Amino acid sequence: MKSSKPKFALFKRKYLCIPYGLFLVMFIIIPILIIVYYAFTDDNGMPSINALVGFFTNWSKVNVLITSVFIALQTTLLCLLIGYPLAYFLADKKVNKNAVLITLFVAPMWINFVLRTGATRDLLTWMGINGGNMPYLATLIGMVQNYLPFVILPLYTTMLKLDKSQIEAAADLGANPFQVFYKSILPQSVPGIVSACTMTFMPTMSSYVISDTLSEGKITLFGNYIYLDFANNLWHDGSFMALIMLVIIGISMFLTREKGGAEQKGGKSW
Amino acid sequence: MAKENCIISLQGVSKVFDGTTVVDNISLDITKGEFVTILGPSGCGKTTTLRMIAGFEMPTEGTILLNGEDITSIPPYKRPVNTVFQRYALFPYLDVYDNVAFGLKLKKIPQVVKDKNGNPVLDKDGKEKIKMVHLSKKEIDNKVMKALRTIDLEELADRDISTLSGGQQQRVAIARAIVNEPEILLLDEPLGALDLKMRKEMQLELKDMHKKLGITFIYVTHDQEEALTMSDTIVVMKSGEIQQIGTPLDIYNEPVNAFVADFIGESNIYNATMTGNKKVRFLNHVFDCVDDFPVNEKVDVVIRPEDVILTKVSEVKAENLTGKIVTKVFKGVHYEYLVMVGKAEVEVRDTKDREVGDLVKIDVEPMNIQIMKKELTRNIYPTAWINNKNQVILGEDGDPFECDVTQLLKGSSLDEEGFLISQDGKKYDLNDADVTAEIGLDAIEIIDGYDNGDTNGDIVNIVYKGDHYQVMVRTDDEEDFILDTLYTWNEGDQVSVKVAKENIKLTLKGEINKYEIK
Repeated sequence: MKSSKPKFALFKRKYLCIPYGLFLVMFIIIPILIIVYYAFTDDNGMPSINALVGFFTNWSKVNVLITSVFIALQTTLLCLLIGYPLAYFLADKKVNKNAVLITLFVAPMWINFVLRTGATRDLLTWMGINGGNMPYLATLIGMVQNYLPFVILPLYTTMLKLDKSQIEAAADLGANPFQVFYKSILPQSVPGIVSACTMTFMPTMSSYVISDTLSEGKITLFGNYIYLDFANNLWHDGSFMALIMLVIIGISMFLTREKGGAEQKGGKSW
Repeated sequence: MAKENCIISLQGVSKVFDGTTVVDNISLDITKGEFVTILGPSGCGKTTTLRMIAGFEMPTEGTILLNGEDITSIPPYKRPVNTVFQRYALFPYLDVYDNVAFGLKLKKIPQVVKDKNGNPVLDKDGKEKIKMVHLSKKEIDNKVMKALRTIDLEELADRDISTLSGGQQQRVAIARAIVNEPEILLLDEPLGALDLKMRKEMQLELKDMHKKLGITFIYVTHDQEEALTMSDTIVVMKSGEIQQIGTPLDIYNEPVNAFVADFIGESNIYNATMTGNKKVRFLNHVFDCVDDFPVNEKVDVVIRPEDVILTKVSEVKAENLTGKIVTKVFKGVHYEYLVMVGKAEVEVRDTKDREVGDLVKIDVEPMNIQIMKKELTRNIYPTAWINNKNQVILGEDGDPFECDVTQLLKGSSLDEEGFLISQDGKKYDLNDADVTAEIGLDAIEIIDGYDNGDTNGDIVNIVYKGDHYQVMVRTDDEEDFILDTLYTWNEGDQVSVKVAKENIKLTLKGEINKYEIK
């Protein structure tokens, strides 16, 4: 039988994504293509691998990359160590009535990022940890402080959804409190951990304001380098480094998706 | 002392959550190898009782003995008890095999330490050295596969939990519990989420499994049919208290009170009076019965719908109990009729096809009339007291009711200051006097909403008595009002109750002299 659709049904639901599609092409896809173009051309617009060779033969650039990955990993780990127990604690309805406490923990995000980092620098200097004597520590503290809310929120959402009966089942089957934690609570919170890592690791890799401000320029992260290259009109080198960043983020996205997907279905909690 | 062969024994166990008593001083002995069902409506404390046996909740009072040993404060992971949860609580991040193996992988068993030559190593006291070791992979594998065979799911061992149907998940949950060879298997409404057909199948399978495994099953459900089908013993609970313990047959045929009768199966419940030796009067008709109660005692009678015998008659005769069929529902094997006798309803199950409007004679075999002691003919409040405004407070706390205190002393009256003046002029101050208050079931008025009476509460229980309802209202202060009403209410309704001043009967505890003002 022929279905008699009214005229306006010609407007299909998928048309609704046209505005975003345009945005995607204009501000994400085309810029990426431009980056790729600049990364593999020379000043005359001819294909070239000068930037690639230049990057891998310049020890200081590779070194900055390694440092950045290292700092990002450390920040993520520290954030998890602080944020995980905190989120678990906050997810207890008795402690966090009406979710007031969680709002307090997320409140720093409401303040301008540059301003906040400036304040952190002053505070740290007052405490004796300044860019002059401990640039690495100062940067790390700044990073953790800045990205902690991004760890707490997804973990908190996951913790709220913890299945109490699964935890009880584990205890019932003979798991002591420690075993209950790593055999039931931890696996259940994997989706939260994955999104927390994604939301911390990637931005820390590329951020440069924090390290710049807090280490007084002593620690250069990958983001700083890219910025510097563009500032010095070295568009091809800058673009190539941006591309490397893109690849690293792509790889980490791929890895976390794989993990999160296998561990729990529909696990994305943010 | 717990009786012999008793595997688990609850002794005076109570549980209070935030001031609300959920389980109220229950004592229960369960024999080894029994299939015990704890049956009751939601909120009766049955799940809490089970959780206390499992160790998830600590009793506020009382002790729990397992094989005679006190396990009241032992955490769940140290108890030889396993639970099948209401919503299965399977681990979604593990496959079927690993779910079942979960408990076995954690388990440690004592093993004698042996040296290279296979001789046992002795410790300094000359005893064999014993080490706790995990089960070997092979042992675990054998046990898991055996458990999966028991539930007929061995071919699904490496499947993801989320790909299983509800019934299959249920089986995995059972396998996960029985694989640990617990002494007691606790089942918390495990079939609640299954459809009717599946549920019936699983009931029989569970019963079968119980026979094969020979371990004690404690099963919690609100489904009376499930309880009757599977159990050796049924424990009926209501409002945190045990109403009756017995075999399914006992509970069905000889319920101890109207609540149990109403809860177990369809039943007609009526207020009745004993009119003679083994004669009982209800529905304005005298029936022969087999139970012996004192003459003139008010009782409840229960008649199962299938025990009512209908005979078509053409006219009403005085010696017969006659009624008129008002509704008819076909139920497959039988018809369900509603017969009106005056204002009272009689529910009947009959295989004969009759017509709505038929006049029928109603008979019941004497042995099918179950007579129960009336639980309550009046509300009695033994801990009531009088406040300084000459009002009565029924419990320790609670809202005051206006009452007539002059009934405490014959011929007395109140002066303008509120003191009680006796006939011969003596003066009494009744403030804080302890009394027993009694209120008749028909003297309490029930009104919708919280703010329309002397006090308020929620309806916790309703029993239909043929032509009226008996409703139980519980206040915040845990005061119960049982009352008769003609109107239909629902469990959980928020209501107010009102009692007229003259309907509260007071009896003073002790002599009135001690309240005299000299």
